[in-house]
Amino acid sequence: MAAGEAIVRVRGLDVDFGGTAVLHGLDLDVYRGEVLGCVGGSGTGKSVLTRAILGLVRKRSGTVEVFGRNVDHLVQGERAAIERRIGVMFQQGALFSGLTVKQNVEVPMREHLRLSPRLSDELAMLKIELAGLDPGAAGKYPSELSGGMTKRAALARALALDPELLFLDEPTSGLDPIGAADFDDLIATLQRTLGLTVFMVTHDLDSLSSICDRVAALADKKVIAAGPISAMLASDHPWLRAYFHGKRAHRIQVLPGISAGADGPPEAGAGGLPAQM
Amino acid sequence: MDLPEGPEFSSANEGDALRLVLCGRWTVDASAAIETRAEALLAESRKARQVVFDLGRIVRLDTAGAWLIGRTRQTLSAEGIEARLESVRPEFEILLREANYHTLAMPARGGGSYLLRILADTGETVVSAGADLYRGVGFLGEVVAAIAKSLVNPSHFRATPLVFHLESIAFRGTPIIALINFVSGAILAQQGIFQLRRFGATVFVINLIGILILRDLGVLLTAIMVAGRSGSAITAELGSMKLQEEIDALMVMGLRPADILIVPRILALIISLPILTFIADMAGLFGGLLVSWAYEGITPVRFLTGLQTAVGFHTFFAGIIKAPFMALVIGLIACVEGLAVAGSAESLGRHVTSSVVKSIFMIIVIDGLFAMFFAGIRY
Repeated sequence: MAAGEAIVRVRGLDVDFGGTAVLHGLDLDVYRGEVLGCVGGSGTGKSVLTRAILGLVRKRSGTVEVFGRNVDHLVQGERAAIERRIGVMFQQGALFSGLTVKQNVEVPMREHLRLSPRLSDELAMLKIELAGLDPGAAGKYPSELSGGMTKRAALARALALDPELLFLDEPTSGLDPIGAADFDDLIATLQRTLGLTVFMVTHDLDSLSSICDRVAALADKKVIAAGPISAMLASDHPWLRAYFHGKRAHRIQVLPGISAGADGPPEAGAGGLPAQM
Repeated sequence: MDLPEGPEFSSANEGDALRLVLCGRWTVDASAAIETRAEALLAESRKARQVVFDLGRIVRLDTAGAWLIGRTRQTLSAEGIEARLESVRPEFEILLREANYHTLAMPARGGGSYLLRILADTGETVVSAGADLYRGVGFLGEVVAAIAKSLVNPSHFRATPLVFHLESIAFRGTPIIALINFVSGAILAQQGIFQLRRFGATVFVINLIGILILRDLGVLLTAIMVAGRSGSAITAELGSMKLQEEIDALMVMGLRPADILIVPRILALIISLPILTFIADMAGLFGGLLVSWAYEGITPVRFLTGLQTAVGFHTFFAGIIKAPFMALVIGLIACVEGLAVAGSAESLGRHVTSSVVKSIFMIIVIDGLFAMFFAGIRY
């Protein structure tokens, strides 16, 4: 699966803020149909990487290709067409505060599509349901939602146009472990159902081990390693060892299968993936 | 890839069943087309007793496509027509299951008749105006108590924010306030001269300008400008602090927002507005002086001598005494509105607007009250 076509291809990405380099010479591929987890310490530029791919922060150099098109060479119409195929869930939800949840989901549909009110209502409610929200929440305003509901509403909006590529910025942060596990299942189900490609920034080791096909680790301003979680566990890189074998990581060690895979080189090699630096 | 663009289907009779082969992309980007094709699919299916939907040639299917196929089948089965699915790919099967058609609970829309809504809105406005007044008075009490407390115990007084707000309200507001008053003084003089020329009484333009600017116009224009410039800023600051839970953070630290945020702003307004009014008066008179000189040859010396006989200290005082009251009202309204912001960016915008509108309205009301008061005491 992972060896397929790269939907997102980043090469030599440099981003700096006020002269300080945040990302330098970063390479990354996201393959069609996979769930890629992006990990890294706080302030290593995970969110900046997401925003750079989405064109929300200016990069100094490097190329970003999405769906095989260099995003710098797109004219207005092409850019809009590509953005329609991408769904983004921001860390804080970024729901429009003046609109109800249902209206939030309908915003992209209303702007990009011409649907009858009936179908648009039905699809919005379907997305809200798929995202695991109670239908009663559809008429609520973002300020009336709890943290978990905000995440789900943001996911419903990200799914509004049935995107092929979904960006999730810390989808499970701030959720209780049960809610987080539900959310992971939800993302996995949606990914299977809709054939999504998911790029997920996360700190949640459980998410990484349960739903991510591959993990890209950010440190020293670039992707220091990318591969299945078993390869991460087997890596000797000091930061990866600290991250995946730290105190809080002990839980995933005991999961059967993962720990067995950790010292199984065939699986680690099977990905045949780049950037194993 | 040579995909047939958009959703399509072809039909063929197969015994007593109708076979509908769906092909192309049954996805939501087809927009209106997907709905019209689904309608056509339904119309076509109604011709037979038994229908088979062959999904084998669908290139792409998403929730919208799956939903519409499900909806069509459901409609048909309600009409007694059996619709079977054939050659469904496994990945579509999950999608068809997850996005299967079912009735959804829609959030209730605001119902009621139009007339009823107007009445309800009117009632709500009256009640909220009453609540505004109540809150305003309560707030005034809180502010006075906070000021009194800092007088009793001066170490509690926060001088740094006061100076900061004095700078932003008075110092940075001076140029624009001096400019608009200068210009309006000049315009007033010019219009006055044109009218008074008909009676050969142009020299009275000095009285006109002196009394009008000092008693009313200077303070009124300044207060309106401050309401628009600083009142709105205060509402926006407090409102966005409210939205970011900063005010809650202050409260749980045991700090009172009234002491920290409100008192410095209101005191700064009360100190600033008389100063700005004085500057505005001078700028307005200067504008009148220049125009009188240019149009009528009234020299500055003659203008100033005339001014001394035309206006007394009480004229100036009748204007400047209003400034602190207007400042207090601007501050109270701005703070009450700022703290009333809740939930959304839209609410912030609404409260900033109503802060400015209410302030300006109240400034004019106060001006009117003072006019009646001064008339009553023959000042």
